[in-house]
Amino acid sequence: MSSKEKSWKEISPAGVCWKSSKTYLTGDWKTYYPVRDMEKCTKCLLCTIYCPDGAILWKPEKGDIEFDLSFCKGCGICANECPTKAITMKI
Amino acid sequence: MPYKSDHYEDLAWRIMKMKSLVKQDIMGLNGDEAVAYAVKQADVDVIAAYPITPQTIIVEKLSEYVANGEVNTEFVCTESEHSAMAACLAAAATGARTFTASASAGLALMHEMLFVTSGCRAPVVMAVANRALSAPLNIHGDHSDAMAQRDSGWIQIYAENAQEVYDSIFQAFRIAEHLDIQLPVMIGLDGFTLSHTLENVQVLPDDVAKGFVATRQLPTVLTHEGKNVPYKLDPANPMTMGPVALQNYYFEFKRQQEEAMKNALKVIQQIQNEYGQLTDRYYGNGLVENYKLDDAEVAILCVGSTAGTVKTVVDELRAKGVKAGLLRLRTFRPFPAEEITKALGKARAVAVMDKSMSFGGNGGAVYHETRHALYDSPNHPYVVNYIYGLGGRDTSPSQILSVYEDLQKIVQTKQVAEKIRYIGLRD
Repeated sequence: MSSKEKSWKEISPAGVCWKSSKTYLTGDWKTYYPVRDMEKCTKCLLCTIYCPDGAILWKPEKGDIEFDLSFCKGCGICANECPTKAITMKI
Repeated sequence: MPYKSDHYEDLAWRIMKMKSLVKQDIMGLNGDEAVAYAVKQADVDVIAAYPITPQTIIVEKLSEYVANGEVNTEFVCTESEHSAMAACLAAAATGARTFTASASAGLALMHEMLFVTSGCRAPVVMAVANRALSAPLNIHGDHSDAMAQRDSGWIQIYAENAQEVYDSIFQAFRIAEHLDIQLPVMIGLDGFTLSHTLENVQVLPDDVAKGFVATRQLPTVLTHEGKNVPYKLDPANPMTMGPVALQNYYFEFKRQQEEAMKNALKVIQQIQNEYGQLTDRYYGNGLVENYKLDDAEVAILCVGSTAGTVKTVVDELRAKGVKAGLLRLRTFRPFPAEEITKALGKARAVAVMDKSMSFGGNGGAVYHETRHALYDSPNHPYVVNYIYGLGGRDTSPSQILSVYEDLQKIVQTKQVAEKIRYIGLRD
């Protein structure tokens, strides 16, 4: 393993996390990523609720949603649930 | 055959001497009641348990104490042993002192949660009234249940009598909660032989017992907020315990558990000494108990209540001039390999008694590890295995006597015909 990783003498016991999970970017697991067709999107926000990783965020200042690709695992649930089929998954 | 034992005379003398130390009352308790009484005195915060024979009396008594308001303890009746251990883990994670008890199938059902508990470094204490595993169904005493959990990361201590059961519960909390250990501890008491047999048990005054176990200490951990805080679930200092740890970290956490087990070899001795100074009751050095072993040529190593029978036979043989001895293995996990090598290295033939089977394992668990430990001693003795007492079958002094006779034969002939033998089995 990388020398940056801590030894067993340095880590907290029982797997207690010494870093927030926000620093663990699970977005790099993905194969597919979501692409939105702005003409079809009605901003109903169903995708933000369905996303299992909370990776689709409502940005009030923009009045729009945003995909957080650092945490989107590319599961495609948003594309499947979108009532207007505005989301497609691309490689 | 009448056996006169100076072991028991020694005990009577000790009881008289006791009165000059801490004032201790004598109560008539069976092993299960001794557990419950000790737990009552140990200031336990949470008990989550499910009853199973022969442990039932422990849970019955404890629920009675709770119902009568004699203890300040939360009692959780769970729907299974798996849930009982899950509840204990959760309670211990909040910093509570936690206790449960189980046996046989109940312990087997806990299997998964035993690993989670030790992996989360939760210092839960559990009494196990050792009982056979099904099938065929059998409620009586043997070590199959606990031996099957030997790699679960729990410290395992086996008692010889109800007094030791009582004493070991206090020691168990101190061992489990020690900052260098932080591991769960299992106290084994032989089903029925200890769990249901009434004995005189000397009990500590409540304040002395409470003083000995003291308040649970918590280690400090570094959390994701970058803070060093006590290791417990606390909304003021959120933390994640036992999360996913994959190829890059899992191994390191397991190595930490092994280190804690190594530390336990020292700490068990320290705590047993401290307890001994208080009560004048010592069980060897806490890991192993030597009985007339210093010059012994033939020796038995056994676990649990059988040691009482072996001691009377050793006395009988010594009276006849036979250099017989006993090593009682009190702590099975961590395995005190060094102490065993030291104690048995000079013997010429050793019989290791296993009250459980490791099917297809070329002998029982205690035999494997004892033989393994003795491999490093320069003049290692002959080591043979005796499987005995499965399903609670009684083992008599005359059977133990024949084991010593077998050992003498091995010493004389320098030949071992059968390495793995069975006591009291119909051929």
